Amino acid sequence: MVATQTHKEQIREAPIQRRDGMILNQLSQGLFALFGLIVVYILGRALFENPGLFMQQVLNGLELGFIYALIALGYTMIYGIVKLINFAHGDVFMVGSFASFYAISILDLHRWPAWIWPGMSSTLVMIIGTITIILISMFVSGLLAVVMERFAYRPLRNKPRIAALITAIGVSFFLEYFGALPFVFTNNYITYDRPFDVTVYSAGEISPVVIGVMWGLLVISLVAYFMLRTQAKSGDMKAQAWLRHPLLQFGWLFGGFFAFVLTLAGIHLESGGKVWDLSVSNVTLVIMGASILLQVLLQFVVTQTQLGKAMRAAAYDKDAARLMGINVDLVIASTFALGGGLAGAAGVLYATAFKQVYYLMGIIPGLKAFVAAVIGGIGSIPGAFLGALIMGQTEVLSAGFISTPMRDAISFSLLIIVLLVWPQGIFGEPPGEKV
Amino acid sequence: MALLEVKDLVVSYGAIRALHGISFYVDQGEIVTLIGANGAGKSTTLRTISALQRADSGQITYDGKDITRASASAIVHQGLIQVPEGRRIFAPLTVRENLEMGAYSRKDKEEVAASMEYVFQLFPRLKERLEQAGGTLSGGEQQMLAVARALMAKPRLLLMDEPSMGLAPILVEEIFDIIQEINAQGVTILLVEQNAHMALSIANRGYVLETGTIQLEGPAKELAANPQVQEAYLGGG
Repeated sequence: MVATQTHKEQIREAPIQRRDGMILNQLSQGLFALFGLIVVYILGRALFENPGLFMQQVLNGLELGFIYALIALGYTMIYGIVKLINFAHGDVFMVGSFASFYAISILDLHRWPAWIWPGMSSTLVMIIGTITIILISMFVSGLLAVVMERFAYRPLRNKPRIAALITAIGVSFFLEYFGALPFVFTNNYITYDRPFDVTVYSAGEISPVVIGVMWGLLVISLVAYFMLRTQAKSGDMKAQAWLRHPLLQFGWLFGGFFAFVLTLAGIHLESGGKVWDLSVSNVTLVIMGASILLQVLLQFVVTQTQLGKAMRAAAYDKDAARLMGINVDLVIASTFALGGGLAGAAGVLYATAFKQVYYLMGIIPGLKAFVAAVIGGIGSIPGAFLGALIMGQTEVLSAGFISTPMRDAISFSLLIIVLLVWPQGIFGEPPGEKV
Repeated sequence: MALLEVKDLVVSYGAIRALHGISFYVDQGEIVTLIGANGAGKSTTLRTISALQRADSGQITYDGKDITRASASAIVHQGLIQVPEGRRIFAPLTVRENLEMGAYSRKDKEEVAASMEYVFQLFPRLKERLEQAGGTLSGGEQQMLAVARALMAKPRLLLMDEPSMGLAPILVEEIFDIIQEINAQGVTILLVEQNAHMALSIANRGYVLETGTIQLEGPAKELAANPQVQEAYLGGG
């Protein structure tokens, strides 16, 4: 009886409290809406005045977004399975950059095919060398992430979650300032030698055949997607299984983004004093290609292999997973290895794009990727990818057209705005779904 | 020798003692039921056997080996499989993936495929839902999936925790028929139930658990006829 009364009182009080907050809420929502309109106006004007420049910025934003995506995937996977925001993830990315720096500048490993087969064409050497460098960096970062999990996070797994979170911040500082030691990475900005030479392609240098193939890939995978979907809806189970296959995803992601970028860069237009003449460098293309490939490979692991299925099972219910004979510790370690590996690849790509490495370089990209993962819905892999692309665009467009020094502030404010609209992030699952 | 033997098992959650030294055994080929009210320690017993919970003292012997300190996955590898309370299927995974997770401890692909066929015979409805996410199934189907998933591990001893929980009476009967069918195939079953009436109707022997101790034990028919049991668990007979 008493309980019912309190309950009723609560119900009676609740609307009053809400009304108090409502004016403030509406005010802040109105402010954000105004802010949004101003941003749309500024960007719209920039697009109208010089569409070429605007689209060039969009391309730069894509490049950044694809790097953030690789880091964000690690955040989201690790959160998915151990519910930990691994704040040291940005520093794993930094260590990955340095690993590739040493592999290139000291060990000269990006030219190893040329030592063995001196007659090999330099393009082929470059391709194999770059892949080698990325793999080395992925290995080092993956290993670092596993060690971190084993010694810093595993002992705290059954403790309150805040303990592991604070430990993550500690690990992050440890990696940064251990790196700053004079005999480790030093506290200087270091010039990074790219594993491959930069080539810039502008209109006319991109073969229309390549552009056509990319559009073809996009169209074929979209057609396949819709055909499979109709069949899946009519109950065809093979179609339902194929619909989830990462191959399809690869088709439309790879085809779509390359078709978009290459078409933009491949067109040359002049009218009314406005020139449309974009260029794209092989750095952008490598970043896009590697990022899409790795994300699709990750999807393949997660959806098609026993390990990936065990990862998803353990992320959902660890005890039930143990009852299946799944070694949950091993699965968690593998998740850290995969997440760390992706951050390592991102480290190579980031250093290649910006041509320098620095012991604190992981902080801002790490935070950006974290925000990206939250915007996309933490725990969701497609969400991390989409969130990262949004973050990349926000950063570059606000730097280009709104305010360069404010770009980080603007991109982090985006988090607040998105969370106001979608509290769970774009692809996040509503709470309480797990029964 | 008993297939599973639990001796003086003591388990606590922090300062709260859940089991005060219980002993029971399950022979090869039997259906043994553990009945008792909410909070009597039934689930704790199963969780401890499956190594999700550590025993303070006591011994669990399975197939002649001491498994008290074995890891959860080592226990599964020996064919001691649990269908947990509340089904606990993996909602985001498809029905097929759920079944594959059940067979996680097995390496022989052909045998696993054969198990899958066997499971489809038992639960034809799962075959229709193979590519659907487990979470989209109805409660009854989820319970079927939970049992099917356990069968994919090729159990010798199946621990079942409240398989009737939250199911409509028709489905409860269906599940109990299936339990008997599984048992007829040679799988030993340790069944934990609040639905004492149904559990005692299919079991060979039973134990009555009350606040962490075993109060009564004996052949299922005798327990069902026991006035104490009738009053406490069978609605006064």
